[in-house]
Amino acid sequence: MARLNSPEELENFRQEILSKRDPQAPCISICAGAGCIASGAAEVITAFKAELAKQGLTTAVDTKGTGCPGFCERGPVVVIYPEEICYLQVTPEDVPEIVSQTIKEKKVVDRLLYVDPATGEKAIHESDISFYKNQERNIIGSNIKIDPKSIEDYLAIGGYSALVKVLSGMTAEQVLAEVKKSNLRGRGGAGFPTGIKWEGTRNAPEPVKYVIVNADEGDPGAFMDRALLEGNPHSILEGLIIGAYAIGAHEGYIYVRQEYPLAVENINLAIEQAEAYGLLGKNILDSGFDFKVIVHQGAGAFVCGESTALMTALEGRVGEPRPKYVRSNIKGLWERPSVLNNVETWANVPLIINKGADWFTQIGTESSKGTKIFSLVGKITNTGLVEVPMGITLKDIIYKIGGGIPEGKKFKAVQTGGPSGGCIPEEQLDLKVGFDELTKAGSMMGSGGMIVMDEDTCMVDVARYFIHFLTDESCGKCVPCREGLRQMHKILTNITEGKGKTGDIETLEELSEVAKEASLCALGKSAPNPFLSTLHYFRDEYEAHVKEKRCPALSCKELISYYIDPAKCQACMICARKCPAEAIDGGKNRIHVIDQEKCTNCGTCFEVCPPRFRAVKKISGEPVPAPVSEEERIISRKSKEK
Amino acid sequence: MSEILLQIDGKEVKAREGMTVLEAARAAGISIPTLCHHEKLEPYGGCRLCIVEVEVRGRTNLVVSCVYLAAKDLVVRTRSEKVDRIRKTILELLLAHAPDAFELQNLAKVYGADKNRFEKDASFCIHCGLCVRYCAEVKKKNAIGFVDRGTRKEISFIPEIASRECWSCKECFPLCPTSALQAAYVLTQGLFTPPSPKPGPEK
Repeated sequence: MARLNSPEELENFRQEILSKRDPQAPCISICAGAGCIASGAAEVITAFKAELAKQGLTTAVDTKGTGCPGFCERGPVVVIYPEEICYLQVTPEDVPEIVSQTIKEKKVVDRLLYVDPATGEKAIHESDISFYKNQERNIIGSNIKIDPKSIEDYLAIGGYSALVKVLSGMTAEQVLAEVKKSNLRGRGGAGFPTGIKWEGTRNAPEPVKYVIVNADEGDPGAFMDRALLEGNPHSILEGLIIGAYAIGAHEGYIYVRQEYPLAVENINLAIEQAEAYGLLGKNILDSGFDFKVIVHQGAGAFVCGESTALMTALEGRVGEPRPKYVRSNIKGLWERPSVLNNVETWANVPLIINKGADWFTQIGTESSKGTKIFSLVGKITNTGLVEVPMGITLKDIIYKIGGGIPEGKKFKAVQTGGPSGGCIPEEQLDLKVGFDELTKAGSMMGSGGMIVMDEDTCMVDVARYFIHFLTDESCGKCVPCREGLRQMHKILTNITEGKGKTGDIETLEELSEVAKEASLCALGKSAPNPFLSTLHYFRDEYEAHVKEKRCPALSCKELISYYIDPAKCQACMICARKCPAEAIDGGKNRIHVIDQEKCTNCGTCFEVCPPRFRAVKKISGEPVPAPVSEEERIISRKSKEK
Repeated sequence: MSEILLQIDGKEVKAREGMTVLEAARAAGISIPTLCHHEKLEPYGGCRLCIVEVEVRGRTNLVVSCVYLAAKDLVVRTRSEKVDRIRKTILELLLAHAPDAFELQNLAKVYGADKNRFEKDASFCIHCGLCVRYCAEVKKKNAIGFVDRGTRKEISFIPEIASRECWSCKECFPLCPTSALQAAYVLTQGLFTPPSPKPGPEK
């Protein structure tokens, strides 16, 4: 590895890499992101390598484990280039067939293709799949094309060309102006304009400044930043170097949670490679600009994703937030001006420099530009990472991309913005996704978590769950958050257990006000959101729990009863045999009855009752009907009598 | 150091640059309640009781006066319906832990806080951190610290240091707003209970 001493040398090196690669040569890309690895991608990669060797194709066909393309629901995902044939849920057993059919014979293996559930049509290419078709994958789209451990792969797709552009002819002011013009807003949660943040730091008098990558992603169910850091670490590094150049920082930190071992490994490797090529370190590409990057592993506290807590942790102290009356871009890490941006924000920077702010501002709404990656999870057909233009409606994300709610259930709400976001109900599904739009609806953009809930979800229980998460993750420094959330959690738990009292909702509202107005950091200030938004849109559910001791979603265990409808029970014995509490009385031709005293509300009978009978009912807020008399319980089957 | 003029509760108040609103108010004889503040210590901003309303460029914000810096022409209101309501709730939350603490009871009278509003969880400690910070910042001994996080956070003496330093000092005892005996109790416990491996996370 020779150090590259000028932008020209880098471009020459890129040409050299490209000249050795035949774009028409077959290449098998297998997602090696965390989700697909969990579904067995590592075995698939091994199987491909073995099969190619067996068929004598190792030199002719390239195989690579790549970053996550997002379609986690159907992993492991395999894409075969140059045709871009996309196979889903590939197992090692499928590999010999793929090699002999697709690689050798150029034939498509039909059974591994995506089948559109609506039309029944098969999609050969990634871009034909409805999940991908409606996305705009400017950032995450590169993941499947590169081996994240190879800087050559990144260079081959044009990587570091933005850095070349910057160092070979743009002043720091010009870079800053371009980013400002792009109206890029921080992807980590608050949506603060990136350019303005940078400008504040650049203009701060203190000469030593820092740039920081916030990769302390901690929202339950969110993994956007993980996928980027694991799948395309150089793109983040490139954005960071450009940012440091614009700001005048010579030291950068990447704060990544230790629970992301692959991300830590890949970013460390990327830094090593970039240093070896002279893209990091002293006098980068002979520009006179020095910059070094240090990776810091966080211990997994959610609150450390808060910018001031993160900086305190970087300083080696307990990760507690500090008052932000002086912004951290003026007085941050070690009291010096520090720009802290989220992973996805940094990943946007090379694109803006390469394609220009005008290109970037074409995408999105008036106040939210560009694309945003969401992690679409919960009661949704296509779980995964989706990148969409700002301004797309929630409905399009959930139905066109996400494929709607599985098992024919009804949509109820979507929770956006992570644990301190809010729930948006069905009547708001036409809402356009953007920072201000989501805030107006009582939720927030957050870092891009999107949890879909169906009719079986109890909204009070959802609020209880998130408040519990936040209580657990509170750093404990300030009273409104530590004590207020603890009490909110107690009250919400009581409500879901049927112990709610008149006045509880008002107490929760008051505690919400105190947390919102008086907490030290954003964790506490936004923590009441899950309660406030569910109360706003689903007040009737709260009232049903408190006043009628009824859970309308039939979800809160303490508030429901199971009951066998004597008119429907066919005395098949299935539920009686499966009941772990032995609470079901019944026999052959004798209608079954649940002993309510013994029943633990586990729901097994409800699940095992054959769909053609549907005799087990879940009820809430009403007394269980008295069992029918013994005579009436006997089923006389006419056909058998004869 | 230049002087700044600001207005607190309708009164013109002079402050030096770098002073917090709390310091400026107290210098002018205007009282703002605090639990985690101490003149000798760095501002902490933990109890949030010193919350006040400030008006900046026509916009009213709630800020915590122990860390918010006094600024020219700032308009501060130390009491308002909202400020009082927040203080009342904060006191009620703390009274659940230390229902008989005099300092809390006195403040409760002022703000009409009901000590029985929330389910009691007597731990006496209200996490003001005065003992911890005093030992670190003034005494520079770090004989007492916080362990764990959030609702599980508690103060704990470090036996190795405490056995050497504490008996002749005990300056943190009277700082404790809930009970002077609290620190003494934890100290004794720290010194006489052999360190045991911490139990795993709650099941």
